[in-house]
Parts: sequence; structure tokens; C-alpha cells
Amino acid sequence: MSDETHTAETGPSHWLVEVGVALLTLLFGVVILLGSIQVGIDWGVEGPKPGFFPFYISLFIIVASTVNLVHVNTGRDGKPGPFSTWEQLRRVMSVVVPSVAYVAFVPFLGMYVSSILLIGVFMTWLGGYSLWKTVPIAVGVPVVAYIVFERYFQIALPKGPVEYWLGL
Amino acid sequence: MEEIGNLFHGFATVLQPYNIWLMVLGIVLGVIIGVLPGLGGANGVAILLPLTFSMSPTSAIIMLSCIYWGALFGGAITSVLFNIPGEPWSVATTFDGHPMAQNGRAGEALTAAFTSSFIGALFAVLVITLVAPLVARFALQFGAAEKFGVYFLAFCSFVGLSKEPPFKTVVAMMIGFALAAVGLDHMTGQLRLTFGFTELLAGFDFLIAVIGLFGIGEILLTMEEGLQFKGRSANINPRVVFQTWMELPRYWATSIRSCIIGCWMGITPAGATPASFMSYGIAKRLSPRGRNFGKGEVEGVVAPETAAHAAGTSALLPMLSLGVPGSPTAAVLLGGLLIWGLQPGPLLFVEQKEFVWGLIASMYLGNIVGLLVVLTCVPVMAAILRIPFPVIAPIILVLCAIGAYTVHNNPFDVVMMMVFGVLGYVLKKCNYPLAPLVLALVLGDKAEEAFRQALLGSQGSLTVFWSNWLVGSIMALGLIALFWPMIQNGMARLRPRPAV
Repeated sequence: MSDETHTAETGPSHWLVEVGVALLTLLFGVVILLGSIQVGIDWGVEGPKPGFFPFYISLFIIVASTVNLVHVNTGRDGKPGPFSTWEQLRRVMSVVVPSVAYVAFVPFLGMYVSSILLIGVFMTWLGGYSLWKTVPIAVGVPVVAYIVFERYFQIALPKGPVEYWLGL
Repeated sequence: MEEIGNLFHGFATVLQPYNIWLMVLGIVLGVIIGVLPGLGGANGVAILLPLTFSMSPTSAIIMLSCIYWGALFGGAITSVLFNIPGEPWSVATTFDGHPMAQNGRAGEALTAAFTSSFIGALFAVLVITLVAPLVARFALQFGAAEKFGVYFLAFCSFVGLSKEPPFKTVVAMMIGFALAAVGLDHMTGQLRLTFGFTELLAGFDFLIAVIGLFGIGEILLTMEEGLQFKGRSANINPRVVFQTWMELPRYWATSIRSCIIGCWMGITPAGATPASFMSYGIAKRLSPRGRNFGKGEVEGVVAPETAAHAAGTSALLPMLSLGVPGSPTAAVLLGGLLIWGLQPGPLLFVEQKEFVWGLIASMYLGNIVGLLVVLTCVPVMAAILRIPFPVIAPIILVLCAIGAYTVHNNPFDVVMMMVFGVLGYVLKKCNYPLAPLVLALVLGDKAEEAFRQALLGSQGSLTVFWSNWLVGSIMALGLIALFWPMIQNGMARLRPRPAV
């Protein structure tokens, strides 16, 4: 269901991302290796020390990541062409950026207010809806969530200054 | 037989008004979840799991398994109407289901899909009823080395039998193990791999990983394709339903074959998706109507749906009787069991009879209720997917965030969810399978515990894993599964090529 015109398909190359991911997993493996050595990887009086199992796990990660790096460079794995086109990435970013902001706001503004903002941003910015249509849904959904989660299931969700002011 | 008696006890437990209400609620929620992108089997169960903390484990598992059923049914709706597979194993359903919808036969396709799912799942539940207690009794003999052998077999199957490049599967799996190791080491009580971050004290929770990887990651992937869902409308009226039901018995052979394929593959880990493809492929080759497959042939819907649901259900068999889940959703359910303080595995059948048989009984009833619900509610469900993306996407995000938060009441988990989400998007695009990562995250601690206990018993000698015929054969099966692609290649080369 893509509307790409095939003449304009550019984006970060797949090869680059594959190499990046393999390097990242390699780095992760090294971090786990160091962490395991920190707590001991040999045999102690209680049996294998806590680092024993993770140490070998990290070895697997490092070796397999290296193999993946080699495969990517010899063309065995990975698809040719772009990882995603810039257009696709733009769309993905248009979800990632508001979501990251949402997640950052939750500890400060509480979940309900942040949700109102998130839905509002999505509907007005990405969907082009007027405020008349946006506000009922943006406010309505968190209110329904409040009723369902807080009242019916008795689960407290993070709240911020607005809720305190309202006495909830 | 003792099992039948237990089963009827189970029915008695399930047929209480509160539990029936939970069943219906679970199915409806499940179908909605199955229809929406970004939610779906594993993620939906993960989000709704914390809601069940206040219920008794039996009621909770009844509701959760009904959510699972609902999601299975819901996935078929999107496959047929919108050509979007709700789950990986619904892909094969789109091959014939969507062309049928495009030819105006959506109602027929959906009825065929739902009924096939019902039959496949029913078959699998019968198998579970008869076989699970036997397996559990057998597994009571397992010591630590045998337990580790079973985990070893499960993980090797993922590496050897999945279609992703094996070394990427290994990396994904090992990342899951490493993440599982972060935090408190259960055997020595020491902190490890936290590097001084207090947020990592509790380690990484598999629920957060599932919501992020499968939920957020899926939404991001869907975003690439643009913001529109264009689908066909469906009209399921009783006339279409009965007409299709009259027609379905023609395909009894395909049905039975698919049930067997599904059950067999579902019991092995990573089995549900290959089961549906395999069943479709075999049906296409063996059926007199094989040439019409792909253009809108009912049998092309019956075969994959029966197999996929049989597999998805029988994935619960090793989870219940051995403590090894065969699919990410089964892994989440297993995680739930652990949270409620139950030990899946052979002892569950001995110590928690009411729970196990209540669950199995609810599978029968949930299946029936599910079929009724989807047959009546398809237009409503399809309408949900027509809600424009800019409206539905943030709502799904909010639901995921709520789900992530309610696990430990920790705002940091919501941050982790986003991290896993972006990670899931990138990993999926680079062909790293996510299912082994989640399985390793759920089972990592248990597998490590079994490993260390076995080694403790043998004073550090690895020969303990080949010390008797039982553990040796399990390990050998694991090695065969691990090197299966190479074995297959070798066999193909040895076979003489037929003259063309």
C-alpha cells in the first residue's frame, strides 16, 4: 500500500544500518562481558559465580555479531537498496518524536494530561483535524481511561499537577 | 479416566457467572486487540496482564486465554478484509482470503476462516486434554540437567528452524538471555550487570519488552506504509454463514490434515507460522482445486487457518506441562503464571489441578463463545479499523504506555518501552527475529538456574548433560534441530537428481 514512485527511492542504505546494528550488538556483548567479569566468572564456594552464565552469553553475542558484520560486508545477508526511503523515515519519525515527548512528559504532567496532548498533537498536526473534532476525543479518551482503570480496576496511573488541582 | 473427571471439575469452575463474564469480556477485548495494529496476541495479553493482578489466578488465566483466542480470531478479520495479517501466521490466510473479499465473498471467507479456526483449536484442546497430563507425568522424572536439555532443545529449534539467518537469531536470543541476567542473581543474591544504575535493580521485565518490541515496533513499521487502511466491507448475515457451513464439510480431509500439522508444529517452539504456510502449501499440492489457490479458493483459507489455530493452541501444551512456551504469547502467559506464583511444568498438574483444568475447560468454552462473538460482531470490528490512523495511533500508544506503567507502577518502564519500540523497529527491518529474544527474556532465569543446578550436581563437569539416555537424547535432538539446515542441505546433495 505504498505510494512510492520508484524513481525517487533514496534513503539511508540498508548496509549502513545493518553494520550499525551489528556493531551495536557487538558493543552490547562487550558491555555484558565486562559486567560479568566484574562479578566473577569462575567457580566459587557456592558453585558458578554470578558472572559465569552471562560471560559465555556475551561471548556468543560477540562472535555472532562479528559473523553478522562479515556477512553484511560480503553481501550474504541484508537487502540491497535503502533501509527505508526518507519519506518512510519521515513518517516513522512523525510518530517517534511525539511519542518520545509523551514519554518524557508523563513523569511531570501525569499520564492523563500527557495523553490529551499526544492525541491532540496527532489529530491536529498529522491528521489535520479541526479543534472542534480533536478536543472531544483528546479529552474523552483519557477520561474513559480514568474511569476504567482508576475506578473499575483500581489501578493508579501517574498524575501531575492538574489532577492534584482537581482533587483527583 | 481421571482426566475426564478433572475436566468436568474444570467446567464447573468455569461455568460460574463471574468467570463467564470474564470469558466474554476477554474475547471481545481480544478481537478488538487482534484487529488493531500494534496490539495483537502477545502485546495485548502483556498490556492487560496487570489488570488481572487483583483476580484469582484461575479467573485471571481464563480471561487472558480468552483474550488470546479473541486476538487469534481478530487477526483473521484484518487478513481477509484488509490484506493485513494480524499475526505472522495469518499471512497465509491473506493469499486466498483477501481475493475472496475482493470478489465480494468476504462473508464466506470470514465464516470459513472462523469455523476453521474453531475446529483447529478444538482439535488442539482435545490433544492437550489427553496428552498434557501424560507429558507432565513423564516430565516429573526430569532433573535439573533434563530441564536444561528441554530449554536447550527449544532454543536450538528457533535457531535451526526459523527462516531468519541463524547468527542473527543467535544474537537476538543471547541479547534476551543477557537482559534476563541483569539485576538480582537468584542463586547467590548478588547484583550483577547493573553498573550502579538503581533503575536496573529489578532487571528488565519481559512485559515491557513485549509491549515495546511487538507493540510500538509494529506501529512504527505500519507507519512506513502510510496512514491509510483501505479495506473491503463485509456482510455476514446468517444466510451466508449457513451456506458456507454447508460447503465446508467438503474439505474435511484438508481440515484433518491441517489439524495434525498444526498440532505437531505448535508443540515445537516457533511452530505456528511455519504450520500455516506448510498446511497451505501441502493443501495446494494435494487438492484437486489446487490451481485455484491464490485466486480466492475457500480451501486456501481453511488450510492455513485450521493449522495456525491448532498450532497456536497446542503451543500451550509444552507451556503447561513442561514450562517451555512455544510462542511469544505463550511466553507472556507463562510469565503471568510466574507472577501469580504458579510454577508451570509437571508439578502444576499435581499441585494446582483446579487451575490447570479450569484453564483447559475454558479453552473449550472460550472457543465456542469466540466463534459466536466474531460471527456476530464482524461489521463492528471492521469499522474500528476504519477509524483514521491519526486518531487510533495515539490511542494505541496511550494504551501501550498504560500497560507498560501498570506492570510495576514505574514511570521508567514507559521510557524502556519506547527504547524497546525503536529497537524492535530497527531489528525487524534488519531481519533479527524478535520471538527468541522474548522467549530468552522470559526463560533466561529458569534456564540459567537449571544449568547451574546441573553443574553443581556434577561439580562443574559438562558431561552431566550426556549422563543418561534421557538427557542425552534431548540434547541430541537439540543439536539436530540446531544444525537442521545443514543436515537438509547435506541430504539434498546426497539424493540423486531426477532426470528432467
